[in-house]
Amino acid sequence: MAKLYSEKSIKNLNRLEPKDETVKFLLDYSKALSVISCKSLKFETLLN
Amino acid sequence: MQHELIPDATLVRNYMSGQEAALEILILRHKQKIYSFIYSKVFDSDIAEDIFQDTFIKVIRTLKRGAYNEEGKFLPWVMRIAHNLVIDHFRKSNRMPKFDNAGEFNIFSVLSDSTLNAEKRIIKAQVEDDVRRLVDELPDDQRDVLMMRIYKDMSFKEISERTGVSINTALGRMRYALINLRKIIEKNNIVLTN
Repeated sequence: MAKLYSEKSIKNLNRLEPKDETVKFLLDYSKALSVISCKSLKFETLLN
Repeated sequence: MQHELIPDATLVRNYMSGQEAALEILILRHKQKIYSFIYSKVFDSDIAEDIFQDTFIKVIRTLKRGAYNEEGKFLPWVMRIAHNLVIDHFRKSNRMPKFDNAGEFNIFSVLSDSTLNAEKRIIKAQVEDDVRRLVDELPDDQRDVLMMRIYKDMSFKEISERTGVSINTALGRMRYALINLRKIIEKNNIVLTN
């Protein structure tokens, strides 16, 4: 039993990753975000 | 496989010049390391997910604003942001304790220990270490005045006598020391609160 538990926990550790949706959200966010420079000021716009 | 050949620095540069695909490679390359780091601190997959997302939102905004200085240290930089957000999370959850609805009574919800716990001790040590390194970055004359004023609690009159400059010069050096510290902190996204 002990062996089985430890195998399971090692497996879980290797699967420590963010969800695909999170990564997709970030990529979409990046595409939607644009920064406009005006003299010394910078404005962020988020296009949906 | 081919993605492995492109160094982070190149990908960062490409992303900053508008190639969105470069960001995907960077995220996929480092997501496991960054997420595991966050998870190892918060032990909650939903919170880890949130902090991971916030970390990259900060990364994306900084890169898009052109405020990132590439020195071949992309991953340590992202880790630092994640680390700061983890600290922010703990600070926030300390201020607004959440009701842990685990179904059974938790004795620690009514007991509190006023001494610093391990996490707070680590944060305190880290903040002190960061401040020490920041102070070391200052020019000698500014660092001397700051050390005498803050750590040795000397008055500006005493400082001016010790260093052989006028009180106004000592005041000016102190002022510039603080301005420079703020600049370094802002430039490196350092969070210095406990």
